[in-house]
Amino acid sequence: MSDMSFPLVTATAVLPALGAVATAAVPAARRTVAKWLALAVSLGTLVLAGWVLAAFDAGGERYQLTESYAWIADFGVRYEVGVDGIAAALIALTALLIPFIIAAGWHDAEPDPDGEGADAGRRWRPTQGFFALILMVEAMVIISFAATDVFVFYIFFEAMLIPMYFLIGGFGDRAHAAGEAEGAKQRSYAAVKFLLYNLAGGLIMLAAVIGLYVVTADQLPAGTFSLQQIAEARASGELEMATNTERLLFLGFFLAFAVKAPLWPLHTWLPNAMGESTAPVAVLITAVVDKVGTFAMLRFCLGLFPEASAWATPVVIVLALVSIVYGALLAVGQRDIKRLVAYASISHFGFIILGIFAMTSQGQSGATLYMVFHGISTAALMLVAGFLISRRGSRLIADYGGVQKVAPVLAGTFLIGGLATLSLPGLAPFVSEFLVLVGTFSRYPAAGIVATAGIVLAAIYVLLLYQRTMTGPVDKPEIARMPDLRPRELAVVAPLIALLIFLGVFPKPLTDIVNPAVEHTLSDVRETDPEPELPAVEATE
Amino acid sequence: MSATTLSGAAAAEPVHSLWTVAAEAPSIEYAQLSPTLIVLGAAVVGILVEAFAPRRARYGVQVALASLGFAGAFAAVLALAMGGYATDKAAVAGVGAVAVDGPALFLQGVILLVALVAVFTFAERRLEPRAGGGPVDSFAAQPAAVPGGEGEKAAVKAGWTTTEIFPLLLFAVGGMLLFPAANDLLTLFIALEVFSLPLYLLCALARRRRLLSQEAAVKYFLLGAFSSAFLIFGIALLYGYAGTVSYAGIAEVVEGTVPSPGPALAASMSSDALLLVGGAMVVMGLLFKVGAVPFHMWTPDVYQGAPTPVTGFMAAATKVAAFGALLRLLYVVLPGLRWDWEPVLWGVAIVSMLLGAVVAITQTDVKRLLAYSSIAHAGFILAGVVATSPEGVSSVLFYLLAYSFVTLGAFSVVTLVRDAGGEATHLSKWAGLGRRSPLVAAVFAVFLLAFAGIPLTSGFAGKFAVFKAAAEGGAGALVVVGVIASAIAAFFYVRVIVLMFFSEPSPEGPTVAIPSAFTTVAIGVGVAVTLVLGVAPQYFLDLAGQAGVFVR
Repeated sequence: MSDMSFPLVTATAVLPALGAVATAAVPAARRTVAKWLALAVSLGTLVLAGWVLAAFDAGGERYQLTESYAWIADFGVRYEVGVDGIAAALIALTALLIPFIIAAGWHDAEPDPDGEGADAGRRWRPTQGFFALILMVEAMVIISFAATDVFVFYIFFEAMLIPMYFLIGGFGDRAHAAGEAEGAKQRSYAAVKFLLYNLAGGLIMLAAVIGLYVVTADQLPAGTFSLQQIAEARASGELEMATNTERLLFLGFFLAFAVKAPLWPLHTWLPNAMGESTAPVAVLITAVVDKVGTFAMLRFCLGLFPEASAWATPVVIVLALVSIVYGALLAVGQRDIKRLVAYASISHFGFIILGIFAMTSQGQSGATLYMVFHGISTAALMLVAGFLISRRGSRLIADYGGVQKVAPVLAGTFLIGGLATLSLPGLAPFVSEFLVLVGTFSRYPAAGIVATAGIVLAAIYVLLLYQRTMTGPVDKPEIARMPDLRPRELAVVAPLIALLIFLGVFPKPLTDIVNPAVEHTLSDVRETDPEPELPAVEATE
Repeated sequence: MSATTLSGAAAAEPVHSLWTVAAEAPSIEYAQLSPTLIVLGAAVVGILVEAFAPRRARYGVQVALASLGFAGAFAAVLALAMGGYATDKAAVAGVGAVAVDGPALFLQGVILLVALVAVFTFAERRLEPRAGGGPVDSFAAQPAAVPGGEGEKAAVKAGWTTTEIFPLLLFAVGGMLLFPAANDLLTLFIALEVFSLPLYLLCALARRRRLLSQEAAVKYFLLGAFSSAFLIFGIALLYGYAGTVSYAGIAEVVEGTVPSPGPALAASMSSDALLLVGGAMVVMGLLFKVGAVPFHMWTPDVYQGAPTPVTGFMAAATKVAAFGALLRLLYVVLPGLRWDWEPVLWGVAIVSMLLGAVVAITQTDVKRLLAYSSIAHAGFILAGVVATSPEGVSSVLFYLLAYSFVTLGAFSVVTLVRDAGGEATHLSKWAGLGRRSPLVAAVFAVFLLAFAGIPLTSGFAGKFAVFKAAAEGGAGALVVVGVIASAIAAFFYVRVIVLMFFSEPSPEGPTVAIPSAFTTVAIGVGVAVTLVLGVAPQYFLDLAGQAGVFVR
């Protein structure tokens, strides 16, 4: 226990939380101060997250930088955090993306100059609220990734919904085809749908969390939510779950994560939420918040309920395959750029879940890398799409055409983001998608074949999107006047693209951290790879 | 047999035992009874103030008197708890009529804190427009005047106010303090009447919408009288069965551990009909006060019609007192009947949770919405009650603490949102409140989230505690229903948040009145308790845990 040392992981989460409070407290007239403050805090968090990565020893203990404090003894809850390789990578991803999200959303939450009276304008501070909420989400996501106590995880997993809900419902896209009033209506619908889906999933998980407590309180000296304690008790045979109990608890947990991830058929909130929110918030949803769902499947479903996970694997794999194909097919048919990216994300989440439940080391390494790379690539694509949409004031693909002639840099970055989404070799997502497919093939060849269809469809929806929006004649006056990327926008996109290329060529720093953690997870489920295999790193090169 | 339990005097015939006891001067443990005595004493003084103090001075004196009374009684509760009366020195006092034990002291403490905050909301005088050259509160100027009549107009013009509300509040609280501590059925009934009658009156005293307020009071009174009748009938039947009204005495008879039953007792003990019907009727009387389905009909009308400060107080404190009494009755008197009442309360809990949550969805008035939500919460609390374990008791105690402050805070916020006609309780008027008054809307959102049981609020800790106790008590199915009901309930809490933050404000929407320090403190306390119990509940869980054992 590092009781005496600096609580690095907690600090990584506390800094944005404090930053959120400070940002919210900035006076109404000082909007710019709030923005810079939020950006500075997010950069500070990035530094701390980098420190976490640096302090993490890939060859060391499973959970490192652990902290453990008494919290709610009556519920058997301790505040326990610690990172394994998977958590460290995802914390780094979160801390990495938030500054870009903040910078991209720089002008997304200005107070409406004509909508409100002077009196209301004095107290209504949307800009401060917007950036404070983003930082609040960041803090909660980081704690969720780091929690090694089920209850601590649950608390932040649920609490995260509230700031997310306000971000979706309160700061929508003004560029709405059906007019502003209709836009506000759909936005609020999307926010409510998001909240109710996730809350319902979370409440079912609550029943399972209570069930887990009852099981541990029954057999152990005291009820506990500590992952490590439960794992040790199970390994020593002190704690045994009846088959049915374990399956029910697994289902309770899995359902919540499948809503969050989102897995078909629980996915329908995502297109609404991403479509109606601003591009940076959409990135926050799909690239950061949803990753908690897939991460939690790895850590909690597999870690706590190995037998039930094995029992559910066939069904989960089928659902993941449906997600892959269904999401991709619907993406092909979308007329709205943001909803297209949302459906593409559903397809990609299918890949991640497929990789997790393939129960092979390549599959799970691939799934973990996929979470990181999908986060970066979607951020790149969606943020550029957001810049595009803010220029034209429309989300409809049909309203564009020929953009590459007037705004070549915008078109170029959009293309790279798109190519990353379709997993072009040389860009980072290729590595992870390849690993997932290899990992799946070695155990479920048929599933691997079906999943490959997702790649083909991805090529179709990305290239069609590019073709319809960027190529062709410039026949609309709004497009002819369209400015290219501004320096701020370029500063957002360029580093993301550089990262995509760098990690596509040289993913080793990440795989080195992730692979040992995946081995631990696999040993949780007592799975070994089906055949002698090369280490995951070499398979990628 | 009852004579020995009541007085310890030489055995006498049961019929005469009451006389014997009354004739001897019983020894009363004044110190243990001091919380109730202080509050009732303050109430009596309050009436004298009404009679003798000049009109101008009454308000200040009454507010100070009520606050001091509650604070003093709370200090007495604290002193008793620190003196060990909550744990090892727990005993029966007042010739067996009152229990001084953990649950009683805990609930008395909660009721007194709620009452203290309620005094502040009662004393608020900055929200209503001034009348007669002075500030007025939200209670009728001249309650006896016909609504809309000349007398009322004159009273309003003169700027009269009803300072009787403070003695009434004190009496109600006095009854509530006694209710969860009552250790025989007659004390239970008297306590019920002592707190109910002032509440009926308070409900009728709204300054605005007086007809609605009076209608609410009449409904509450009629249905309350009905439930009192059930209760007293049940008490009679239980007395007929056991030959005693003392909790411990009845419990002994129920368990069949009476050392030497006389022939009459033996005859009545052999038939369970009196016990079952009597027990059911007493429980029904209490479920009415709790507001559980199917005894909930009065809740929405009364919550809506009563002056909002009264609604807030009633919703919080009545629930605490009534659940306390219900717990004691079920755990002390009727544990031997557990297999009979448990399934019934299962049913009541399930129906309350589901019906409260589902019907709340269609509500358009914020006070009615909170009323139905309180019905759903009664169901959640019942889930902890049926756990039938010390953990169940302490989880219910904790839940009541958490719930009462959220409720009080939420209704205090309702008093602030006003338009020309007084409080704007119709939900459509709340649209866009988050833009006009972000702080008020944010505070209300915190209360709604706590009602919905979102983590990091007291509502979550409470819900987790009762569900955990229920699951450990083998009521897993109840937990699942509770979780489903929570999901349904979340929908309408969220709907209000949507309305406040994401809807465009209507041009003729309400304004948020700037309250005096009284209401600000009340709301501030509500928010603070909600967040503290949500983030760091351990200390209070410990308190409730130590208070989980009933004396018998």
